[in-house]
Amino acid sequence: MSRTPRVTPAIRATGLRKDFTVKRKAGRLRRTTHTVAAVAGVDLTVGQGETVGYIGPNGAGKSTTLKMMTGVLTPSGGELSVCGVEPVPRRKQLARRIGVVFGQRSQLWWDLPLRESFRMLRYVYAVPEAEHAERLAACRELLDLDAFLDTPVRQLSLGQRMRGEITAALLHGPRVLFLDEPTIGLDVVSKQALRGFLADLGAGGDVTIMLTTHDLADIERLCPRLVVVDHGRVVHDGTLAELHARHGSQRRVVVDLDTPYDELPHVPGAKVDRVEDDGHRVVFALDGVPAGGLIARLAQQGGLRDVAVLEPDIEEVVARLYARGA
Amino acid sequence: MPSAAACPRPPSSRKPGPFGRGPYTDADPDTDPDSGRPSSSARALSDTVRCFLVLASAGFRRYSTYRQAMIAGVFTNVVFGAMLVAVLTAVAEAGGGRPGGYTAAQLVTFVWVGQGLLNVVWLWNWKELADRVAAGDVASDLLRPVDPLAAYAAADLGRAAQALLGRLLVPVVFGLVFYTMYLPQHAVTYPLFAVSVTAATLVSFAGRYLVNLSAFWLLDVRGPAMLWTLAVGILSGSYFPLRFLPEWAQWLLWCGTPFPSVFQIPLDVAVERTSGATAAATVLLQLVWAALMFALCVVVQRRAVVRLVVQGG
Amino acid sequence: MGDSARAYRELVRAQIRSQSQYRLSFALDAGLTSVMTLLEILTVIVLFRVTPELGGFSLREALLIAALCEFGFHIADLAVGNIEDVNRYVRLGLMDSVLVRPLSPLGQLLATDFPFRKVGRVVQSAALYVGVLVYADLDWTPARAVLAVVAPLSAAALFSAVFVAGATVAFWWIDSGEIANAFTYGGRQFGSYPVTVYPSWLRSVFAYGLGLAFAGYQPALALLGRPDPLGTPAWVAWCTPAVAAVAWTAALLLWRTGIRQYRSTGS
Repeated sequence: MSRTPRVTPAIRATGLRKDFTVKRKAGRLRRTTHTVAAVAGVDLTVGQGETVGYIGPNGAGKSTTLKMMTGVLTPSGGELSVCGVEPVPRRKQLARRIGVVFGQRSQLWWDLPLRESFRMLRYVYAVPEAEHAERLAACRELLDLDAFLDTPVRQLSLGQRMRGEITAALLHGPRVLFLDEPTIGLDVVSKQALRGFLADLGAGGDVTIMLTTHDLADIERLCPRLVVVDHGRVVHDGTLAELHARHGSQRRVVVDLDTPYDELPHVPGAKVDRVEDDGHRVVFALDGVPAGGLIARLAQQGGLRDVAVLEPDIEEVVARLYARGA
Repeated sequence: MPSAAACPRPPSSRKPGPFGRGPYTDADPDTDPDSGRPSSSARALSDTVRCFLVLASAGFRRYSTYRQAMIAGVFTNVVFGAMLVAVLTAVAEAGGGRPGGYTAAQLVTFVWVGQGLLNVVWLWNWKELADRVAAGDVASDLLRPVDPLAAYAAADLGRAAQALLGRLLVPVVFGLVFYTMYLPQHAVTYPLFAVSVTAATLVSFAGRYLVNLSAFWLLDVRGPAMLWTLAVGILSGSYFPLRFLPEWAQWLLWCGTPFPSVFQIPLDVAVERTSGATAAATVLLQLVWAALMFALCVVVQRRAVVRLVVQGG
Repeated sequence: MGDSARAYRELVRAQIRSQSQYRLSFALDAGLTSVMTLLEILTVIVLFRVTPELGGFSLREALLIAALCEFGFHIADLAVGNIEDVNRYVRLGLMDSVLVRPLSPLGQLLATDFPFRKVGRVVQSAALYVGVLVYADLDWTPARAVLAVVAPLSAAALFSAVFVAGATVAFWWIDSGEIANAFTYGGRQFGSYPVTVYPSWLRSVFAYGLGLAFAGYQPALALLGRPDPLGTPAWVAWCTPAVAAVAWTAALLLWRTGIRQYRSTGS
């Protein structure tokens, strides 16, 4: 009986660990060392074509995990396979299959024009000319590179450089794209452009995207699966909606009144969160019910001046998640 | 933990975009799923060669932008060259005969070619890799499908090629015009010199690379860097021709250390200090040292990469 | 005045603390760099293996010239060596923060990152100098004894002047660092050998133009009691300290002009 072979996950980590030894001065001459677990057992499976956001507070082990996955750091324990190979022993083979964008480091040649970097990468990665040209053309159009293609990399603004870095990472047709804080330090326009590009790339389903970021707006825009790490462990792995559901973050309705209520109305499924401005503003928290019912009820009561519906704040949820682990 | 994709996946029968390559299966890991074409070793070789050449040309171009520093450096070379020639000529005249086996004219050539060669083989500090390790930028180097040793070697050879044009030419021309230089009598000397200079650059690079690899263990590589720069400065013949030393010292240095291979040997080839056969033998010695040093680099690098600690969580 | 002195002291103290954190490197540094002081002396000795005399001078005489010159150079390198940083400061715009502080810019540049590792070199070259003085078997007179002490300091002043003047050029020409090297390190190379070996054009630039004949050559002549083969009268050699003072004053004036220039253009 023939079976179709199982499609390999793009990334599979089981019990992934990374320990660092830290030296500390203990007294005048002595030094003590102790081991810090930057990554303390991470289990993660990412299928081909998925987009995953990987977030966590500083020192949570995000970048360390990414570096292990890209073959830069050697894991201290556990199993890891990316694109079907073990990263560190097969570093060069893996390098051809992945693209990496570091927010704070550059893969480009500093003194040469951007165009030259792209040309050189073709030879470094041994990419057939037609493929290289096709991808470069696509990136030039989608990322608007033509304006600064001939500028030396060191003269580019951060936004321009990041667009160049993403292009450089994609020219050899990697199956997995790793991005380590790609929007850090970018102005609003560049951030939006970058997010748009990544969203389209991810939606295409051809490239698996794994992205670490501090900017939760990245997560919301790219609509990926969200993995939250803290103290080297995964504390959440699921969608944004699941995150909100699990941690009980709620939608809120903010109501501005002409005259304060004598008695706060009671509506099933809605709880009064707080009252401000001497009673002229009341904030309700919705417990899984749509806002319509509450608003209708309040409108009946009269005296409504303004209504606003607030979506759950992802930053608040994540901050609570971090605080819980601290 | 359940993994659920929040976005609807497009139907798999969709034609892949420019970045797509189609899914791969468990059967593929050992074969290269990316190129449908069979990988031939000839093609792999030509790819590697082209990659190497491209990296070397990047090194070349990078150093050709330092125009002002080059002019200043050449000026320094000329000043030092003039002084050294004066001293060594005085030595030759007062000593009578042939100090170290050189005629006065040979010493003049030694000095002028030597001043140019200093920058080609680079007898000074080189901390690029160490700095990148300290800053964590070495991660970018490890992300490329090239061995860092090969990449840095290529860049250094590119730099040396640029120095050949920029730094060797002027002192030699200066010497030819204003001084009486010894000119090689045998045609074979020129190609032999070219090979010798290449080998010398490789030995020098390997030594510098080894020193930089210590950055994976030490916080500050200044110590080993100083040690290397000092040793290679004195023991390669850049302070005084090594042939001025007693014979036993010469044997010790030539056969026991890589240093004469970096500077003294190519210069001896240029001034035809020894007969053709002996000169060829010394060049062979250089190549042996180059191979040894590179082998050492490979071994140490393997250990170093495992030890890598990159800042930032 | 007391405040400035205290400020400098704290600056230096902080430097010691931060530099000694890299202990192994510091030790290696201090150890190795002092080996380098042997280099010029070693070179002279090796040269004399293949020749009985150099420019008309014997081994003892040549060693005295070299040791004196080296000693003076290393003192200068320790004291004002940091001035080479001016190039970097101007290029990176750090000069502005230096000029804002209520301390003399020259003082700050010298005190910041004070190169303690160079102390080893000074001590070693001092020892070599004393050794060479003994080896030279001089005819000591009180005047010569005084000169033996003053000469290295004059040489130091001369080299310091070259260092400062060379660095000041950075205010007008930003990447002038390497050119200055040709005169500072070139000057050291020049002064380590008897001036008689050099062609006249080199002599005019280094020996008389920069006054480096007085770093080693002239004082050595006076100490050895030798007449100058080049024909300068004997009393000239005894003017060494005066020449050094003139050179140092000229360099300081140039420095002040450089700072004024920088302040006015604000580049």
